[in-house]
Amino acid sequence: MTVDRSSRLLKLWVPLGVSLFFALFPFYWMAVTSLKSNQELYSRKVMPLIVHQPTLKHYVDLITETNFLEWTWNTFLVAITSTAISLLFGAMLAYPLARIRFAGAALVSFAIAATYLVPQPLLFVPLADIINKLGLGDTLTSVILTYPTLLVPFCAWLLMGYFRTVPAELEDAARIDGAGRLQTLIKIVLPLCGPGFISAGIFAFTLAQNEFLYALIFLTKTEVRTVPVGAVAELVRGDVFYWGQLMAAALLGSIPVAIIYSFFVEHYVAGLTAGSVKG
Amino acid sequence: MTAPSLAPALVHRRPAFSFGRWLERGGVFSWLMVLPPIAFLAALVGYPFFYGIWLSLQNRPVAKAGVFVGLDNYIAAWHDPVFWQVVVNTFLYTAIATLLKMVGGLGLALVMNQDFRFKNLTRALLLLPFIVPTVLSTIAWQWILDPAFSVINWTLVASGLASSPGPSWLGNPYLAMASLIVVNTWRGLPFYAITLLAGLQTISPELYEAATIDGASTWQRFRYVTLPLLMPVIFIVTMFSVIFTFADFQLIYVLTHGGPANATHVFATYAFDIAMGGGQLGQGAAIALTMVPPLALIILAMAIYMRAPKT
Repeated sequence: MTVDRSSRLLKLWVPLGVSLFFALFPFYWMAVTSLKSNQELYSRKVMPLIVHQPTLKHYVDLITETNFLEWTWNTFLVAITSTAISLLFGAMLAYPLARIRFAGAALVSFAIAATYLVPQPLLFVPLADIINKLGLGDTLTSVILTYPTLLVPFCAWLLMGYFRTVPAELEDAARIDGAGRLQTLIKIVLPLCGPGFISAGIFAFTLAQNEFLYALIFLTKTEVRTVPVGAVAELVRGDVFYWGQLMAAALLGSIPVAIIYSFFVEHYVAGLTAGSVKG
Repeated sequence: MTAPSLAPALVHRRPAFSFGRWLERGGVFSWLMVLPPIAFLAALVGYPFFYGIWLSLQNRPVAKAGVFVGLDNYIAAWHDPVFWQVVVNTFLYTAIATLLKMVGGLGLALVMNQDFRFKNLTRALLLLPFIVPTVLSTIAWQWILDPAFSVINWTLVASGLASSPGPSWLGNPYLAMASLIVVNTWRGLPFYAITLLAGLQTISPELYEAATIDGASTWQRFRYVTLPLLMPVIFIVTMFSVIFTFADFQLIYVLTHGGPANATHVFATYAFDIAMGGGQLGQGAAIALTMVPPLALIILAMAIYMRAPKT
């Protein structure tokens, strides 16, 4: 019994505890830092691991003195719109590839895979020039247009798997009854693929919230910035880091994603693992 | 003798062309569906890619017309000592971080593959570093590694392991690279662990039972049952991880900005500095494009390995 217990302690709880500590400490540190007064924050004499005199000053300052709320709204707007576009385009690519044999299908699959593997840093220089020439600099349109290029391939890949799970007999039956292909897709197939759309949507949404490089280059005015860019560009003034506000912004910026994620963990994990495990 | 006279009759009986029916043809319907997204991707991924190649062949200051200079930008990079440091940094960063994520992720997946209470909650919590916007969590790391108020240094000094003020995590070239690798591992390890865990769960328990009956030890079961069956998953995850670590930008941009003295510059941050900081779009595009051959080689090598017959 004791041997069993200590082996379980060693094989399970110790590694799990260490991993959890490593994974979660930065979030604890964000929270603790954001609640300290500057006096406490920048004193080497005070034990830093806990908050001695909690204050919400940094949160108040963040909301009243910076455009944090505007950045949050921009981030949401951009993430939601680019996710919606990506789901639509992803489905348009996935359905024919999953269900219909047509000439050129291999070419389309190849194009999707190639796009999937192109990292952003490869394209930011030409894209910056193109966005400027189109007069889209400092508009949310610039990122709403470019984010789906990062999200569509993933959505298409994931949705293909879900479309394949719909029994072909259902579609055949609908078509024999006189429904067109588009009607069959909308009325029969889509309602059965809800979980697929949720998985792809959650994954796309977190990726869009996470994007930094394009936002950093395209959005230089405070009123169009997203949270990551706003925090890095405006809460560090010159060489001065406003650590309390930075940590408050980091925490507040992380919470919406974490909440949405916590509701859909299973879907998220399904999306995360779909590509690698099913293949 | 009737055949020739029947043929035209058959042709005539064929129904008149109908637009609606034409749309229902598999090929037509498919192409109408895939054309808008394909056009979108061609315009915003395909076109920029080739435009980037064209830019890299020009001397092109920002907001000015470009002058065609052939391969001058690539030759300049070849003679630029910083560029070679960038190459070394990028490979080092990618290799070590990927290795740590792979080994750590596999270990954590094996630990998580046991039965215990609050398993789903633990899995959700462990994935948090991967979910939260990277820039925001990297800012927290920057504060954890702060030269004056690092909590790590406070702990080291308080426990007598280091004398005040303690190591300068982001100021020393080697420690800065090590710090970046640790933060990258912190962020990417959960992706490995959760994906490999999903892979582990598809392995039939009967295989382990059979191996145990045959007298296989724990290590042998791992080596001859788990590992071979998990290989395809490990490879796909590694391919993604390698590509995105190799092309990493945000973590390095926020934490060290390539410093101290270029010790942590990678392709993406160096290209950014030259194109956006220095305003040299042509030179920046060329440096970004030098990522393509190594990336293509990595993808090719992995594709060949994956296709190789497995025993």
